[in-house]
Amino acid sequence: MSIPKNLLYTKDHEWVRIEGKVAYVGITDHAQHSLGDITFVELPKIGEEIKQASYCSTVESVKAASEVFAPLSGKVLSINTELSAHPELINQSPYEKGYFFTMEFSNEAEKANLMAADGYEIYIEGISK
Amino acid sequence: MLKTPLYDIHLALGAKIAPFGGWFMPIQYQGILAEHAHTRRAVSVFDICHMGEFLLEADPVLSGLERVITQNITSMLSGSCRYGFMLNAQAGILDDLVVYRINENKWMLVVNAATALNDYEHLKINLSGQYLLQNVSDKTGKLDVQGPQSLDVLKDIFGVRIEGLGYYRFSDFVFEGEHCIVSRTGYTGELGFEIYISSEHVAKLWEVLLKDGRVRPAGLGSRDTLRLEMGYPLYGQDLDINHTPLSAGFGRFIDFSKEFIGKDVLFKEQKSGPEEHLVCFKADCRRAPRHGFAIFDKDRRVGTVTSGSFSPSLSVGIGMGYVDYSYDIGANLVVKDGLAEIPVKIVKKPFLTKTSL
Repeated sequence: MSIPKNLLYTKDHEWVRIEGKVAYVGITDHAQHSLGDITFVELPKIGEEIKQASYCSTVESVKAASEVFAPLSGKVLSINTELSAHPELINQSPYEKGYFFTMEFSNEAEKANLMAADGYEIYIEGISK
Repeated sequence: MLKTPLYDIHLALGAKIAPFGGWFMPIQYQGILAEHAHTRRAVSVFDICHMGEFLLEADPVLSGLERVITQNITSMLSGSCRYGFMLNAQAGILDDLVVYRINENKWMLVVNAATALNDYEHLKINLSGQYLLQNVSDKTGKLDVQGPQSLDVLKDIFGVRIEGLGYYRFSDFVFEGEHCIVSRTGYTGELGFEIYISSEHVAKLWEVLLKDGRVRPAGLGSRDTLRLEMGYPLYGQDLDINHTPLSAGFGRFIDFSKEFIGKDVLFKEQKSGPEEHLVCFKADCRRAPRHGFAIFDKDRRVGTVTSGSFSPSLSVGIGMGYVDYSYDIGANLVVKDGLAEIPVKIVKKPFLTKTSL
């Protein structure tokens, strides 16, 4: 299971990559693997204000629909429009081509609620036992 | 929770396992989409050992078997299969099943896993006179080999005689000295076969099938998307004790010229028309309707989704559900759950018309 070092992670298996004031958001390799083939994704609207740990997207696999929660609070800057026709990018490239959206995050302190790669690795080992 | 004789083989293949009908079953190996596509394009093998099989020696009329099943079975030829229903006195569906006529007075009934024990009791209560009923589910393994290349693959295993099997026909074959029954039936909408073999020998047959490079294993996940694209119902979702075969749209599997349990109620329903009926609908997007979602006409609730999924062949959401009888093919409705609203249109079944069946 791939867990890149340069990302931060949530307990709900979202990742965030911070580049200055902008954050890229997606779901982890572990999440895409447990969901199976992803067939549909509903992303937030550009300009929408989202709140840490609150609902921001829906991802559907053949078997089920799951909610995705915002890893940080802030404003959505752009969405990955490729995903509407090619949601399989989330399976194929969860950390790059399969990102969900970018956001401008508003509260630096919220980063303390996220896990670093090593913490997330221990966390998923714990839940898969 | 029960395990099929192939459980350890599924684990070794890396299958995702989940409970279904009281059994731990493989849901997927490689992935549902890949397995679905491979079945439509080539050939897959499914472990269906969980399903129930009964052997019955009985005169169809004197034993009362004809009264238990909605289809006419006396008119069946030996070596043929027929799909039908077992109903309660209120015409609620106890199960859907396939009846195999082995010879004049010998039958195999193939029933759903979760309902097998109740079906067995229902038969015992309603059969009379001289008959011998055996639940052989534990002793019987079942593999479904489905897809356009299924005939080519099985010719290599069972010989060219299998080419002569017509749709809904079966015959005895021998695999490595072991007797088996092979029928040209299935639940995918593709050319396909269902093989019944003793549970001790089913692993050997599975192994031989998978040695053929054309064959890949497929799980219940793709079995569900394949059957849904054909508009085939699943007992426990689309069919249940609260619905009749008429409301499910399966009047052609009912013989009103004979007596059977539930006939009076069905007869009345046929005259008055059912209040609701099972329809197939297609979404205008990739979002999938799901079991239990509500169906609306504007602000009015008009039905409930019983099965729904993303359709791998059509790349849109599809589903089945019961709606008020006034809504029929062409009607535009909305499937709702929480925030999700999926516009759908009622369509003619099957969703997929060009298959190898």
